[in-house]
Amino acid sequence: MIRVVLPAHLRTLAQANGEVTVEVAGKATIGSVLDALEATYPMLQGTIRDHVTQQRRPFVRFFACAEDLSHDSADAPLPDAVASGTEPFLIVGAIAGG
Amino acid sequence: MANKTGVRVLVGTRKGAFILTSDGKREKWEVSGPHFAGWEIYHLKGSPADPNRLYASQSSGWFGQLIQRSSDGGKTWEPVDNKFVYDGVPGTHQWYDGTPHPWEFKRVWHIEPSLNDPDTVYAGIEDAALFRSTDGGKSWGELSGLRGHGSGPRWQPGAGGMCLHTILLDPSVSGRIFIAISAAGAFRSDDAGATWRPINQGLRSEHIPDPTAEVGHCVHRIAMHPSRPGVLFMQKHWDVMRSDNAGDSWREVSGNLPTDFGFVIDVHAHEPETIYVVPIKSDSEHFPLDGKLRVYRSRTGGNDWEPLSKGLPQSDCYVNVLRDAMAVDSLDSCGIYFGTTGGQVYASADAGDNWSPIVRDLPAVLSVEVQTLS
Repeated sequence: MIRVVLPAHLRTLAQANGEVTVEVAGKATIGSVLDALEATYPMLQGTIRDHVTQQRRPFVRFFACAEDLSHDSADAPLPDAVASGTEPFLIVGAIAGG
Repeated sequence: MANKTGVRVLVGTRKGAFILTSDGKREKWEVSGPHFAGWEIYHLKGSPADPNRLYASQSSGWFGQLIQRSSDGGKTWEPVDNKFVYDGVPGTHQWYDGTPHPWEFKRVWHIEPSLNDPDTVYAGIEDAALFRSTDGGKSWGELSGLRGHGSGPRWQPGAGGMCLHTILLDPSVSGRIFIAISAAGAFRSDDAGATWRPINQGLRSEHIPDPTAEVGHCVHRIAMHPSRPGVLFMQKHWDVMRSDNAGDSWREVSGNLPTDFGFVIDVHAHEPETIYVVPIKSDSEHFPLDGKLRVYRSRTGGNDWEPLSKGLPQSDCYVNVLRDAMAVDSLDSCGIYFGTTGGQVYASADAGDNWSPIVRDLPAVLSVEVQTLS
């Protein structure tokens, strides 16, 4: 079980309260977590990564275990603490606008 | 005809949508919102075939584009498909400096539901293209004959981006659609969007190398009266224009306007020759002349204009009225509505003679639509 913290606007969109959880078959990576997230919450498709290129949207960042994972490969393994559910994977809206 | 009993005003703002409702007197208003709080709502509009079916364009610089749909007049909403993918290789258009720039999806500017099918809806997007859904927004496909017209590489963005902002569906000529793009101009399809041709003859724009070019004109808005769809009125960047032949040619009808720059233009619901604009000082000073907010009305289809100011601020007013932010109702005494970048929505229940604000302090208003309810 992977714990995911969504930014407030996407929590509202997904009608989720607080953290959400997803199950990932196989290796936990940014890509596999986002695949599972979008499968569970299809309304999030296109809001975190581009529909076509699957690239992270420019004003979205990924953090976990006090590290910035925004520029990691989608296929890179997530930290063990995230994979085990000890720590959440954070999807964060970039500070922009005031 | 069903008895018309009230109005529902759909307001898109920089930070959410608001729905304002009133009875036929249009004196007391109920305000609902913000819906989609914190998101930019470029436009929301109801289906003429089913007034409870609404569509909204919801977007943000962070999380991109969403389309929301309501089947109960805006009480509840559900997100539908938000995948707007250009057909084939999108190619390039002109950037501001004239260099080629790749076509990229930015947002949906305008949503136009079909006149007779609640599940068919058109979307005008930035970078300019026209999309259509025939399943209530569950999937979208590009009407790529527009970008495929051949002039696309010469289209360029206006200050707000290269947006397809106007979609007019002809109620009497089957398959006829008008659209407008900043800054490419106006186009018409006579085969339901399969093929298109530019309809810009008579426009003159000094900001392009050839002022009378086939494309490149910064059209801000086009309006028509449904009883006479071959007559079109246009607010161009500068100039108010009129066509009496479905856009085949245009002539200027700015007449005695104090400035013919502006964004909105609309037509009285019952008088096809009565039109409205809000003159704005210039393309670099996007506010009313002399700090006085005035709507101008022509009862002669242009040229002769009268200022309407009763109830509108006549000093220190420096708001703008954006291109999608004026609408009319079709009650017996035609109501006119417009929203400002200062967050006011003004209404006149007597065709513009008297105005009052419905709301004063919304976020900047991007769009105003009106549904006349039965």
